Amino acid sequence: MTPSPQHPSRPQAAPVAHQWRATDLDAAAARRAERQVAGLFATSALLIVISVLVYGFVDWNTSIGLPVVGDVNAINFFMGLSFGLGVLCIGLGAIHWAKQLMSDIEVVEDRHDFPSEPQDRDQLAETFAAGVAESRFVSSGIMRRSLLGAMALFPIPLVVLLRDLGPSPSNGALTHTIWTAGTRLVTDVTYLPIKGDEVPIGGLINAVPETLRAIEEREGSLNARAKAVIVVVRIDERNIVAQQGGSASAPWDYKGVLAYSKVCTHVGCPISLYEQRTHHLLCPCHQSTFDLADAGKVVFGPAARNMPQLPITTDAEGYLIARSDFQVPVGPSFWERT
Amino acid sequence: MTPTTPLGRTAVALDQRFGGAKFMKKTFNKVFPDHWSFMLGEIALYSFIVLLLSGVYLTLWFKPSMTEVVYNGSYMPLHGVKMSEAYASTLNISFDVRGGLLMRQIHHWAALFFVASISVHMLRVFFTGAFRKPRELQWIIGLVLLVLAVIEGFAGYSLPDDLLSGTGLRISQALMQASPVFGSWMAFFVFGGEFPGLDFIPRLYMVHVLLIPLIFLGLIGAHVGMVAYQKHTQYPGPGRTNRNVVGFPLLPVYIAKAGGFFFAVFGVIILLGGLVTINPVWLFGPYVPDQVSAGSQPDWYMGFLDGAVRMMPNWELHLWDHTLSLNIMIPGMILPVVMLAVVGAYPWLEAWATRRTGEHHLLDRPRNVPTRTALGAAFLSFYLVLFIESGNDLIAAAFHLSINQITIAFRVMIFLVPVFVFWLTKRIALSLQRRDVDRLLHGNESGRLLRLPHGEFIEVHAPLNERDLARLSANPGLAPIEAPAATDDAGHPTPGLRVKRLQARVSHFFYGDRIVPPSVEEIEAAQAQLQSGHEPHGELTQH
Repeated sequence: MTPSPQHPSRPQAAPVAHQWRATDLDAAAARRAERQVAGLFATSALLIVISVLVYGFVDWNTSIGLPVVGDVNAINFFMGLSFGLGVLCIGLGAIHWAKQLMSDIEVVEDRHDFPSEPQDRDQLAETFAAGVAESRFVSSGIMRRSLLGAMALFPIPLVVLLRDLGPSPSNGALTHTIWTAGTRLVTDVTYLPIKGDEVPIGGLINAVPETLRAIEEREGSLNARAKAVIVVVRIDERNIVAQQGGSASAPWDYKGVLAYSKVCTHVGCPISLYEQRTHHLLCPCHQSTFDLADAGKVVFGPAARNMPQLPITTDAEGYLIARSDFQVPVGPSFWERT
Repeated sequence: MTPTTPLGRTAVALDQRFGGAKFMKKTFNKVFPDHWSFMLGEIALYSFIVLLLSGVYLTLWFKPSMTEVVYNGSYMPLHGVKMSEAYASTLNISFDVRGGLLMRQIHHWAALFFVASISVHMLRVFFTGAFRKPRELQWIIGLVLLVLAVIEGFAGYSLPDDLLSGTGLRISQALMQASPVFGSWMAFFVFGGEFPGLDFIPRLYMVHVLLIPLIFLGLIGAHVGMVAYQKHTQYPGPGRTNRNVVGFPLLPVYIAKAGGFFFAVFGVIILLGGLVTINPVWLFGPYVPDQVSAGSQPDWYMGFLDGAVRMMPNWELHLWDHTLSLNIMIPGMILPVVMLAVVGAYPWLEAWATRRTGEHHLLDRPRNVPTRTALGAAFLSFYLVLFIESGNDLIAAAFHLSINQITIAFRVMIFLVPVFVFWLTKRIALSLQRRDVDRLLHGNESGRLLRLPHGEFIEVHAPLNERDLARLSANPGLAPIEAPAATDDAGHPTPGLRVKRLQARVSHFFYGDRIVPPSVEEIEAAQAQLQSGHEPHGELTQH
């Protein structure tokens, strides 16, 4: 073993004298330390008993007011305090014991060599070679290859059995929502239809399709909601620069009332921060910003695609309805998206 | 010797069956070196034990189900609200199981301790070169543990199915879905169909309480076993060499110290669980896919990824009727994989650029390997820029700045800051080495002024003590590898010349800029002179 370059032979130096502790030199100090250690352990025991008493005797609904923190649950607070301090005292006692009363003179242990002796390595190689030869694993190609082939195939059923983890994504789930022509827009939570003329300029309404409630009750999942949620805004028609579709005879808005998907085209957060003055919709997750007056265009942030617009109009009673489903997939992108 | 005590009789009975007397004797006498920085890994181990204990407790009441229920527990603000059973049972643990909130908060605090202590432990290992031969495998196990800890933590805080964690899940689902070729299949398989579906929380629960903990147990066992087998590294000091371990024996000192430290860590975590609110899910409300709260922040260890996603420009490619979401793939998948690959490969990269010197059991002082230290600091600054960017909305609100301008500034800083930090750290490390050379050759300033007979004033310099001398003279002073000549003496071309030249270039990057440490003789002469009271003259040798 060559000496490490990090270990030059020691030059002469001013020696460091061992710092004897008070507990090494003075029997009274050692006894004092013993009492301190025992005191910490005794305190721990007392605190643990207190924590159990707190659990048993303090009413669960009691809350106490603390400065800065405010109201906290009494059991949580006092149990945490007494249990935590109790456990901490065991640790502090043991560490104090080790530091004050156990030897603080360092000892030296030599390291052993990791590599095996060369003859052991050689013997291992011989044993291995003899074993392989005896098994005829190498000499008999037909057995080896068929074994490897069988071994390669046997996990396949285990993988195939995972097929029903989920349905195929190509069933239209990524491209369609429950919006259809004629579906009424209703307010979220209260499910009230929205009169087109009653939407105030500058206002924003969170809306869902009228059919959502029945579908959610039938399926018991939030899947339909996750794609169909929209925001309805009204912008002064003179300020609308562009929309994603529609013609003069069949516009996608209703007198400046526009409906956009609420699901960010970046990674799917629901967007709801709307700035009335600039008509910008800001995603709180990664700050993608969309201009609702200009076809939902991305004006800033990591989102790459415009916020999809839902074509709307009004029915005979003047309530807002969808003209059709979204014309492009809503939400985050995916490989198959054209 | 016939044992007389019950313990002795038990030991003999065990030894008759397993014969462990020699092994136990060696174990009790095992020496561990003492240093505060060696306790960071211990914190990770102890918080893992706390996680296991508190986690078992939580499983007794938590219901991993997405079935919709109407809440009728004792938290009044959510009375009558529809929510998943997972969220309702989390509220139940927090408000109707006595001490349940305490356990939940202990579990969450222990998880934060776990990830944080693994991270800081890895920084210690990196900056002191403890990852070098023969411990490269330990470095890899540690890295895998860190990745698993982050995944496990993310899984854990997603399980309650509250509004905040549900938003995190939505983002992870979108990340999966945006992967090329298999993305939507992967997302549909993991979530059992569309987002959010009804399968994900039960599946995640199995991963969180069974799969990853099992891997943890195996890897942590291997990690700690290898520390014991290979023996711990130590810092240079008097009597400490590459061939020994200087410290205290397991029995009794380290049983008391490490055992006590377990209780100290446990106690602190319980105190935090009792006194400091963490993840108050009842304030966030149940997850609904059409709601989100502004200023959504993930747990701190996911922050750097979130920052990367926020910072990324909105690049998306459309090729042959397919979409490639670079804006999601680069920060969300490619970046973390590259960061992990760089960290994982580093021990081999550094060894390749270094003249091999066998096993390393003496740790480096970070200043003595300036390029490694500078690379580590640059990596850390890169991570921190990403991390701070994940709070860009909070920064904008706190300082009344434009969030767009902050993000644009961070897009520039992510490239500039690490370069600057690299340069600065390297200069500081080299300066500290110069200072070490100065002290080795000229001793410590004693603050004692002498006036010589001819009127000159000098300051008396004192010799270093043994501890400082050992520490300061431990600089390996690594020199770069030189490229071989294109042909040997006989005119034959050198084999593998291009690789060797590349190696020499990398080696120069690592060790080209160096302070040559004084030789043992120089140090000995200087210290002997200081000992005898004569100040050695002459300028600090600069190479």
